[in-house]
Amino acid sequence: MFFQETTPDTSGYMIAGYAITFIVMALYVASIYLRSRNLNQDMTMLNEMDKPVQTTTANLPKRSPAKPSSNKSAKTVTKRSGKK
Amino acid sequence: MQSKPIALRILDIASIILLAISTYLALVFAPTELVMGDVQRVFYFHIGTAWTALIGFILAGVFSVVYLIKKDLLWDRLQVAAIEVSLVFFLITIVLGSIWARPAWNTWWTWDPRLTTAAITELIYIAYFMLRQGIDDPDRRARFGAVYALIGGLSAPITFFAIRLFRTIHPVVIGGTNPEADGGFSMTADMRVAFFFALFAFTVLFIDLFWNRIRLGDLQDKVEQLKLKVMM
Repeated sequence: MFFQETTPDTSGYMIAGYAITFIVMALYVASIYLRSRNLNQDMTMLNEMDKPVQTTTANLPKRSPAKPSSNKSAKTVTKRSGKK
Repeated sequence: MQSKPIALRILDIASIILLAISTYLALVFAPTELVMGDVQRVFYFHIGTAWTALIGFILAGVFSVVYLIKKDLLWDRLQVAAIEVSLVFFLITIVLGSIWARPAWNTWWTWDPRLTTAAITELIYIAYFMLRQGIDDPDRRARFGAVYALIGGLSAPITFFAIRLFRTIHPVVIGGTNPEADGGFSMTADMRVAFFFALFAFTVLFIDLFWNRIRLGDLQDKVEQLKLKVMM
């Protein structure tokens, strides 16, 4: 290469180099985007899964007084029976 | 879904514009090197990516030290982000170097000290991600990763100084002359413009990708915590 008279045509290597650079960069940017999108989807799904758990726990104290209602009816029965 | 901060959006656009200008300067503005021809133009991106990757590896070492002191997982996320982006940049460096070597040295690869240390550095950080994949406990993973990245970080300065310390055929274009080097050249004023602009453009691009990767790490952590919450 050093005892040449004309500049060699090495443009093919140059094009290959720049093409690979941009392809690798584009793949990496795409991987960040895809991973981020998938994580956001997971997040949405997990939040939805988490909501019913929160509502049932929130409803638990409300439901628990409903249980004595059967007792209430039992009491009324006894009262009624008492009246009898 | 968290929306991107405006500063990051601006940085995204700026890095694309800077990369486009840098490509123009490297391919059109800079003159053709007489001995090597057009393949010399890969030099601008080769150095740009190498510079940012080695800085990234050293930064990851610094983040490791801070993590080991503070035990805050934020520093672990910064370390992972720095290593991942640097790994991609350094892969480009190695591939571009190999493409340049084919017409300049008549071979795609040779076990020269610079090439060998560069390949070892790349492999060290590929193994870093394999190590992390194998550990489930986040604190243990972060601690092992920090120690590994700290030791691995030593490979970055070794790679940088390899051409200044050992006998090598790799040219030292900036700050040194090597009589053994094959394929060296002296830069003209226009080449220097393209060169320094490429360094600047790749630094901005690195910061942009680094920031995006940190956000991805934050999101990964949130999803992991939410998974645990849902499972419990």
